[in-house]
Amino acid sequence: MNENKFQDKIDSERKIEPKDWMPEAYRKHLIRQISQHAHSEIIGMQPEGNWISRAPSLRAKMILLAKVQDEAGHGLYLYSACETLGVSRQELIQQLHDGKAKYSSIFNYPTLSWADMGAIGWLVDGAAIVNQVSLQRTSYGPYSRGMIKICKEESFHQRQGYEIMAEMASGTPEQKEMAQDALNRFWWPSIMMFGPHDGDSPRTGNAMKWKIKRQTNDELRQSFIDKTVHQAEIIGLTIPDPDLKWNEERGHYDFGKMDWDEFWDVVNGKGPCNKQRLDHHKKAHIDGKWVREAAKAYSKKQKDLIIN
Amino acid sequence: MSLLNYTLRIADSSLISGQRLAEWCTNAHTLEEDIALSNIALDLFGQANILLEYASELDGNKTADDFAFKRNEREFFNLKMTEQPNGHFGDTIVKLFLFSSFNFLFYNKLSQSKNKNLSAFAFKSLKEVKYHLKHSKSWMVRLGDGTKESNKKVQESLNSLWEFTGEFFEMDEIDNELNKKGIGVNNKSIKEDWNNIINTTLLDSKLKRPEDGYMQTGSKSGLHTEHLGRLLSEMQYLQRAYPDAKW
Ligand SMILES: [Fe+2]
Ligand SMILES: [Fe+2]
Ligand SMILES: [Fe+2]
Repeated sequence: MNENKFQDKIDSERKIEPKDWMPEAYRKHLIRQISQHAHSEIIGMQPEGNWISRAPSLRAKMILLAKVQDEAGHGLYLYSACETLGVSRQELIQQLHDGKAKYSSIFNYPTLSWADMGAIGWLVDGAAIVNQVSLQRTSYGPYSRGMIKICKEESFHQRQGYEIMAEMASGTPEQKEMAQDALNRFWWPSIMMFGPHDGDSPRTGNAMKWKIKRQTNDELRQSFIDKTVHQAEIIGLTIPDPDLKWNEERGHYDFGKMDWDEFWDVVNGKGPCNKQRLDHHKKAHIDGKWVREAAKAYSKKQKDLIIN
Repeated sequence: MSLLNYTLRIADSSLISGQRLAEWCTNAHTLEEDIALSNIALDLFGQANILLEYASELDGNKTADDFAFKRNEREFFNLKMTEQPNGHFGDTIVKLFLFSSFNFLFYNKLSQSKNKNLSAFAFKSLKEVKYHLKHSKSWMVRLGDGTKESNKKVQESLNSLWEFTGEFFEMDEIDNELNKKGIGVNNKSIKEDWNNIINTTLLDSKLKRPEDGYMQTGSKSGLHTEHLGRLLSEMQYLQRAYPDAKW
């Protein structure tokens, strides 16, 4: 009965709100997806955080720091959306530290030059937008509203990243080389951000029926590639895929085979920065324990003062 | 020349504090604090940017970025306090609190400068510094009056950073010259108000004010602690490694 009403609501494009009845599996799916998204925002601060101290101009420094700060805000926002489903931020962070919760694998790659700040903004935020624009129509109200808010900032990030790439691609030969190298390293992991092919994606089924997901991994990937190829051409960079070709019949670009063995390795912990990223997050959390305790002790004293 | 030098002193303190605070990004104990520290760092970079643009105007040759990224240690005039490493959160808060309480009073005076650029800058920055002071002060109280451990930690931070407060109130020839012209601030005149802020905050924080002992000096003539060189070599790396590149 409940189940039917729930599905009717979804089919008629009305949002599910925190107090509404929902199947347990729906709740679980959302918690997993939203927390994974939140963790990605937070862990994603690290590769870019790596260059704040070395940004090459005052303007670039301020833009990058503000961007990383935006990502922290996105994380906060998504943790709150997750909390509406009955799980606390503390629990979610514990799951991350225990390796039970995942985050986007793209952040397990190192940032090796300033051009990587361009590549990440352009490609990684760019891919995130394609995904998130689609999620603006997701069936869970708080998640949908979160996405609408976040998307505006992400498109800003994408433009700023592209601007860095464009500048470097038209700069000195060394700068151009850095830009091409960054594209070479980030291209494949970026298009794999959309996840496995639809046939190999175990969870797509219900997520589509419940309209948590509105488009499949392959559809989203294709639309990202179609958008990005032209952008690379404009700034004179080459996408590192010899099989990339316009397909007149499909009205889309064909592209080469992705290395799914590498993808699953990185998802399962065997990537260049998996350990480093998680250790970094844990260390900050552990180092800050005495501060959180002090704040708690102080506010307790204040409350006691009021009561007595 | 005096005016350029005076401008750089203020700019450099903002820039170097910002550079240090930005190191906290991804390292704070909560997301909220991560965002707060980044916010303050952004304010400080913004302040540095305004003043380095003005310095560039006064100089007529160098750009703001040249000033930030192409000067050597001996050409930087930031207060030594600002270049000290972050240490733990308590160290950073003490540094921020001591510096912001000085800056608040300093900008307050500077906003009355006869130099329009400096007064407008100070007026605009005052709002920001008020927040920096409020934020750091609230942490002084929470850490000082939090747990035994936090009290001990932050008292130690205070004790070890105290020697860098002497520089706040120094006056050299440049300061005296510009103060006479109604452009610069008489730093000695804000000591009493500074004492008041410090004493009341420390009282609320259950912390003891350290005795004045040896006081560091030298930044007005570009003499620094060993930390600045390392900070600059990191901050300036790209501009130095690729001198022909535009970013
Ligand atoms: Fe984000
Ligand atoms: Fe995102
Ligand atoms: Fe972003």
